[in-house]
Amino acid sequence: MFEKALVGGRGYWAWITALLAVACAGAWAYGAQLETGLGVTGLSRDITWGLYIAQFTFLVGVAASAVMVVLPYYLHDYALFGRITILGEFLAITAVVMCGLFIVIDMGQPSRVLNVLLHPAPSSMMFWDMTALGGYLALNIVITRVTLEAERNGSAPPRWIRPVILLSIPWAISIHTVTAFLYNGLPGRSFWLTAMLVPRFLASAFAAGPALLILLCLVLRRWWPLRIAREAIASVALIVAYATAAHVFFILLEVFTAFYSQVPEHVRHFTYLYAGLDGHAALVPWMWVSAALALAALGLLVVPGTRRRESTLAAACAAVVGSIWIDKGLGLIVGGLVPSPLGAVADYVPTTREILITAGVWAIGAAMVTAFFKITAGVRSAHR
Amino acid sequence: MSAGRRVFLRMAGRAAVATAAGAALGCAAGLPRRHRLGIAIDVRRCIAAGGCRACIDACHRAHNVPDIRDVRHEVKWIWKEPFERAFAAEDAETITSALRGQPVPVFCNHCDNPPCVRVCPARATWARDDGLVTIDAHRCIGCRYCVAACPYGSRSFNWIDPRPFVAEPMVRYPTRTRGVVEKCNLCEERLADGKLPACVEACPERAMVFGDLADPASDVRRVIDERYAIRRKPELGTRPQLFYVI
Amino acid sequence: MRDRAVILGGLALFLAAVTWPAWRTLASTPPPPPDLQRPAGATRCVAPAAFMRASHMTLLVEWRDRVVRDGVRTYVDADGREVAMSLSETCVGACHTDKAKFCDRCHDYARVTVTCWNCHVAPPPPAPGGAR
Repeated sequence: MFEKALVGGRGYWAWITALLAVACAGAWAYGAQLETGLGVTGLSRDITWGLYIAQFTFLVGVAASAVMVVLPYYLHDYALFGRITILGEFLAITAVVMCGLFIVIDMGQPSRVLNVLLHPAPSSMMFWDMTALGGYLALNIVITRVTLEAERNGSAPPRWIRPVILLSIPWAISIHTVTAFLYNGLPGRSFWLTAMLVPRFLASAFAAGPALLILLCLVLRRWWPLRIAREAIASVALIVAYATAAHVFFILLEVFTAFYSQVPEHVRHFTYLYAGLDGHAALVPWMWVSAALALAALGLLVVPGTRRRESTLAAACAAVVGSIWIDKGLGLIVGGLVPSPLGAVADYVPTTREILITAGVWAIGAAMVTAFFKITAGVRSAHR
Repeated sequence: MSAGRRVFLRMAGRAAVATAAGAALGCAAGLPRRHRLGIAIDVRRCIAAGGCRACIDACHRAHNVPDIRDVRHEVKWIWKEPFERAFAAEDAETITSALRGQPVPVFCNHCDNPPCVRVCPARATWARDDGLVTIDAHRCIGCRYCVAACPYGSRSFNWIDPRPFVAEPMVRYPTRTRGVVEKCNLCEERLADGKLPACVEACPERAMVFGDLADPASDVRRVIDERYAIRRKPELGTRPQLFYVI
Repeated sequence: MRDRAVILGGLALFLAAVTWPAWRTLASTPPPPPDLQRPAGATRCVAPAAFMRASHMTLLVEWRDRVVRDGVRTYVDADGREVAMSLSETCVGACHTDKAKFCDRCHDYARVTVTCWNCHVAPPPPAPGGAR
C-alpha cells in the first residue's frame, strides 16, 4: 500500500519536497554536531538535557495518546471511532520514530547506543523505556498493516489481531509511565520527584495527542477522502477537553504544594520558570504564554458551541498542543535542572544548529504522517 | 474444584511466597561491605590554608582533566564550593562565621547507595565491592542520565573534545573523548599501586584522611568516631562517604 | 513494457555504481606493503606473532575489560612472563616505542581507523640516540 503515498498532486509533492529540504538541513547540522560534539548545542554542565529531550518527552505523550481512540472502539465498541483508530496508530508510529531519532541525536556516543541492549541494566528506567517504545512501535506497525490491509480488501481483519490491539492499550499507558519514571525516580531533582508526574504526563498526553490528531484530520480532510465523520471529531474533542482540564488542574496542584508548603527546594523551580531567579528569566515569557494558551484552550473546549465549531476547535487544539509542547518540553526539563544541585542558576538558549536539527526531525515526522494519511485516504477512496 | 486445579493453585501459592520472601531478603538493607572506602575532610584545616588548590591541581594533572575555560563546557573532578552551596544551607546568615562563605572541596561522594549507578542504561558506571564508584569510558553512551541522577553535581560531560585542553597529558592514565561522562574515580589506579588518592596526598594541611570505613582501626574510622562530621544531603538516602568534619 | 529501456538502463547504472570500488581497485597499482619497524629491545610479544597479527584487538579488548571492569592489572603470558595490561605503557611504552612506524603504518595500509588514541596517550618515540 506504500505506493499510494507516491501518487499526488503538485501541492502534495511541493509539501513533501519542502519537508525533505528541512530534513536535509537538519541532517547537515547533525553532521556538524557529530564532528564537534554536543558542545554545538546550548547545553551546559548544569543543564545537560534540553531541546532534544524536551521533544522526546512531548512526543512519547503523543505516541501514547493513540489509546484514547483505540480503547473506546476496541474495548467498548464505540463505533464512531471506527475510521479514526488507524490514524491515531499512524500518528503513534510517527511519534515513536521521532522519539527514537531525538534520543540518538542527544547521545554523546550514538554509535554505542546498542550497548543498552548488549549490556542490559534492568535497574535503569532508560532500558525499560527503550524496550517499551520498541515494543509499542512493533505493535503499531503490525496493527496498522493488518487493519489497513483488511480495509483495502473490504473484509474484516483476522481475529488474532484483536488481542494484539488490546495489548496495545495497557502498553500505551506503560510507555508514558516509564518515561515519567525516568524523571520522578531521581532523588536529587525535587521538581520531578513527585508521583504526580505520571498522571500529569498522561493527562497532558491525552490532551495534546488527540488535539494533534484532530488538527491533522481537519486539515487533511479538505483534500483527501479520509471519511471521518464530524461526530467522530466532536467526540475526540470532548476527550481533549477533559484531558486539558485535568492537565491544568494537575499543574495547579503542584503550584499549591510548592507555594503553600513554602519548602525552598520546591518553590525555587517554579520561581525560576514563572518569575525568573537571580536575574535569569529566559523561560518566563514562554511559561506564561503556555499558561495563557492552556486557559484559552480550556475556555474554548468547555463551551459546547466553540468546541463544535471547527474553526474554534482547530484554534483550541493548536493552543493545547502549543501550551503542552512548552510546558512538558523545555518547561519540564529545564525547570527540573535549574537550580542545579549546588544552587546554580543559568539560562539555556538553544543554538541555531540545535534548532535546525530539531526542525529536521519534525520535518521527517511531518513527512511520515502525511504519507500515512495519504495511504489511508488512498485506500478509502479506492474502496467505494 | 478438580484435583488438578487444586494442585496447581497450591504450587503457585508456594512459589509466590518463596519469591516474595526472596525479594524481601534481598531488599532488606544490603549486607555490610567487607571494605568501605571513604574520606574524612577536616574543613577547618582546609579553610585555614586560604585559596589553596593543591588537591584540585594534583587530581586534574594525574587524570588529564581538561582545563576548559568556557564555564558551560567545563570538566572538573574536584573543586571548591562555598560552604552554603555545598550543604544547601537555607539561611546563610545564621551559619557560624568561621564557615560562612568559606570554600570547601567537593567531589564524588562514592555513595553507598548511588543513584547514578541505578540509572545507567548500559552498566557503564558501577560500584565496586569496596564502594568505589567508577566509570567505563569505553561503554558510556553519553546519555547523561547519571548526571541528572547525581544529587551533588559531581559528574561532568565532555561536550567537546577535551584533548586540546589538556596541557601535558600523562601517559599512564588516558584522557577521555567527547561524548562521555567523567568524575572522580577515587584514584582507583593509584590505589591499585598502593598509593593514596592524589588529593589526599597533595593536601599541604593534611586535611583529608582516606581509608577503609569498615575497619574499626583505620584512621578515617577513628576520625569520624571522635569528631562530629556532616555529609551532603544525607536525607536523600544516598549514604555519601565523604565526611566533612566541622 | 514501455519502460523497459529506462528500467534496464537504471539497473545497469546501479550495478556499475555499486561495483565501482572493485573496478577502481583492479585498475590501480596496489600500494607497497607497509614497512614495519620491529621493536628495538623486545624480542618476544605477549602472544604468538600469528595470533597478534590476526587478533591483537581481541587481546586488547580482553585487557581493557580485565583492567577497567575487574580491576586486574597483570597479564601472565604463555611463558609465565608478567606484564602490565596497558596499551600506553606496555604495548607502546615497552616495545613498539615508535607507534607511527609500526601500528600506524599497518592501520593506514589496511584503512583501519582506530579510536584508542582519542583517549589513550601514546608516549613519544625515543630520541634517535636511544635515550628518551
